Amino acid sequence: MTKIDKPKLAVWKFASCDGCQLSLLDCEDELLSVAEEIEIAHFPEATRQVLKGPYDLSLVEGSITTPQDAKRIQEVRRVSKTLITIGACATAGGIQALRNFQDVKEFVSIVYANPAYIDTLNQSTPIAEHVAVDFELRGCPINKTQLLEVISAFLAKRKPNTPAHSTCIECKRRGTVCVMVAGGTPCLGPITHAGCGAICPSYQRGCYGCFGPMENPNTSSMSEGWKKSGASDDEIKRVFRTFNAWADSFREESEKHDK
Amino acid sequence: MSEQVVLERNDLNGLFTVLQGQGYTVIGPTLQDGAIVYDELTSDKDLPEGWTDEQDGGIYRLKKRSDKALFGYVVGPYTWKRFLDPPEKRLWQAKREGNDFRIIPENEPPPKYAFLGVRSCEIHALAIQDRVFLEGDYRNTSYEKRREAALIIGVQCVQAGGTCFCVSVNTGPRAESGFDLALTEILEEDRHYFVVETGTDQGAKIIDGLKVQPAKETEVAEADNRISHAAKNMGRKLNTEGVRDLLVQNHDHARWDEVANRCLSCANCTMVCPTCFCSTVEDVTDITGEHAERWQKQDSCFTMDFSYLHGGSVRASTRSQYRQWLTHKLATWIDQFDESGCTGCGRCITWCPVAIDLTEEVEAIRKSSSLESVVQSDKER
Ligand code: SF4
Ligand code: SF4
Ligand code: SF4
Ligand code: SF4
Repeated sequence: MTKIDKPKLAVWKFASCDGCQLSLLDCEDELLSVAEEIEIAHFPEATRQVLKGPYDLSLVEGSITTPQDAKRIQEVRRVSKTLITIGACATAGGIQALRNFQDVKEFVSIVYANPAYIDTLNQSTPIAEHVAVDFELRGCPINKTQLLEVISAFLAKRKPNTPAHSTCIECKRRGTVCVMVAGGTPCLGPITHAGCGAICPSYQRGCYGCFGPMENPNTSSMSEGWKKSGASDDEIKRVFRTFNAWADSFREESEKHDK
Repeated sequence: MSEQVVLERNDLNGLFTVLQGQGYTVIGPTLQDGAIVYDELTSDKDLPEGWTDEQDGGIYRLKKRSDKALFGYVVGPYTWKRFLDPPEKRLWQAKREGNDFRIIPENEPPPKYAFLGVRSCEIHALAIQDRVFLEGDYRNTSYEKRREAALIIGVQCVQAGGTCFCVSVNTGPRAESGFDLALTEILEEDRHYFVVETGTDQGAKIIDGLKVQPAKETEVAEADNRISHAAKNMGRKLNTEGVRDLLVQNHDHARWDEVANRCLSCANCTMVCPTCFCSTVEDVTDITGEHAERWQKQDSCFTMDFSYLHGGSVRASTRSQYRQWLTHKLATWIDQFDESGCTGCGRCITWCPVAIDLTEEVEAIRKSSSLESVVQSDKER
């Protein structure tokens, strides 16, 4: 590959904690090769240098929570040839989407001394609700190996290997003993999108669902099972209302238990 | 088969010494994270002495036994296939060389495993996987090398688990062949010993290095007794009569919708099944594009990618995925390999997070077979 026309990469931040873009910086060993293959043209977290667009690849972190951001994402889309969203905020609205279930004005009046200064939308929404997205990389935070895989796949013009099946498959491949069957610990693994490598069960904890719903999640059967083992509606609701609370199937299931 | 011998409990560690002396890595049962799994053992101290497992649909619990049995459990979540066909393995690498590339094959010498504690249903599962991987046009060469090098030390079941049904499918509880050695563990008031059967010359060579006595008739009878006891205490049963036709002819049965309401498509049943053989390949390139690798990963018919053809997945619904699994195991496997794909080990029942039980599903379809289901789907139309 000639290094003269290296593709230009931009990293954009919306409402988020920065954890996902830090995954890119966290790729220390690989970062040099990334920088050799790609021109990092816009990545405020890493460098002050800003090159003008258009950009071949934009990685977008964060959700849309303000009118300004709703406009800005349109601009980002305009200057991006390929736009990939990274992390639960960008793909599902993030933990901040918990506001979507409540009245934001009430929060604002309680939290801020001068609510008048706050200009915020009623909902935190994923990027794909605003602009066309070419690929979504799940996770809260994303897995850095998967991020490198997505960038490598982009460079090689191939499909990334980021399977959408259950986390249980990763759990079993890894050789972990199922915490739900052997310990009675509730685990979201069966309905959660793979990607983390089933970390929590390997530490004898249930999966929290950081990667959001898998390809065909049967959320109601999961809830049914927990109910039988004594979980209350409120507990079940809370299990579904975390980082991916606004992802369709998780949201719908939590609403069923919102009484 | 040669004469049976008796090995006293206190001399069991000699088996480890002999095996290690012959260059074997001993793999067998051991406690890990609340279950008995197969892993590398260094001595008899690693065995799950005094533990047993209680199993039912979606439930597995370790329990203390009142005695010091070493093999007093049934089967755990993992199977020997993990060691013969690892769930993730690199098939080859490639390096770019100018406008061409060079393939770097995997040349690691196969590990030499001695599997200790292989149950009768598992010996049948090995035979089924041999058929899948070694017969036919395309051989799984890495499996072949590992399998050829492996030593099988069976353990005869003297108790059955809550989800076992080997008797229904004729795979146990007694292992008749397919082992190098087979132990039956006997605990009496004041004695703890093993009756050992020899299946191969390789097994006989190992016996030569052990401190054994010829087995007395009473000891052999006692072993038989205990195995028959297991046969009478199966936790589940499966009526296999005409099961192939039953499933194949009931593709539209309403029961598939009912089970799909419960099934999570999580794939645990296929991942724990000792005969499931499906895998996918992933090609990966690195950032520079100079280096590529092909990996084989254990896969399942419960994923969308599994049946993805141009334009979409053939089996996109949970209903069709569950139907594929059950029908393949018990029916179309017979068309494909002239035998059933189920050994009655019960793992898919125990390790299903929502306790779906294939024996129950088959029964439900049998009870309300074809006619009713036709009426049902007519109504839906
Ligand atoms: S521990 Fe969780 S992720 Fe792992 S197999 Fe069990 S349910 Fe699935
Ligand atoms: S189908 Fe179930 S019972 Fe039969 S061999 Fe597989 S895991 Fe065991
Ligand atoms: S049941 Fe599914 S995973 Fe198992 S061998 Fe058949 S197709 Fe493969
Ligand atoms: S039958 Fe059970 S283990 Fe198998 S995919 Fe369905 S829920 Fe998972």
